[in-house]
Amino acid sequence: MRRSNPRIGAIACFVGVVRDLNEGADVADMTLEHYPGLTEKALEKIEAEARARWNILDALVVHRVGVLRPSDQIVLVVVASAHRGEAFQACEFLMDYLKTKAPFWKKEGTPQGGRWVESRQSDDTAAERWRTA
Amino acid sequence: MEPNDSAVDERVSIAVEVLYFARLREVFGRDRERAQLPADVRNVADFMAWLRKRGAPWDKELAPGRPFLVAINEEMADPGMPIRSGDTVAIMPPVTGG
Repeated sequence: MRRSNPRIGAIACFVGVVRDLNEGADVADMTLEHYPGLTEKALEKIEAEARARWNILDALVVHRVGVLRPSDQIVLVVVASAHRGEAFQACEFLMDYLKTKAPFWKKEGTPQGGRWVESRQSDDTAAERWRTA
Repeated sequence: MEPNDSAVDERVSIAVEVLYFARLREVFGRDRERAQLPADVRNVADFMAWLRKRGAPWDKELAPGRPFLVAINEEMADPGMPIRSGDTVAIMPPVTGG
């Protein structure tokens, strides 16, 4: 990414990782479902929104689907900009919006059986703070 | 097709493809279906009301105020969004990726 544009002065990245514990239950595996077609469109829209807000020189979002295990990487967000402030902010924005707007669903495999992860108010709150009046 | 033909079709009934995802796919026991809707189903809200008439678990899961999402032809839709013959309507739980 940095070789593509010598104006890049900062690259921020985030990697989301599967944990082995959630809501008090052991998680043996996690299955990620998505909506092929809408998911890609949603990610493009979120990236376009980030590019409209910050001076982003390059961005990459990769989200895995299918069966994952603890310590596997779920999601990668990379943002390149001229200075670190914009890269950090846009990276966090992309993750907050992805978590509340991109059609992915997690199902955890636990010793008690499978259970769908519930959406979290804290994720909505995190996305909400980026709203412009 | 002549413009008049589609107008006639829509008065009789509206044929849509319905997709279900994640927990709702499991609760409803299907990932897709073809639905033939009466002509008075004009928008997303009407369609949800029509599905609720099927009884449990549709009535509970799709009750007003429940946090589910609807997309039409791969665009997120609000309750007032019109539904037309040939549309693909997706019904999804709130997202939990990332």
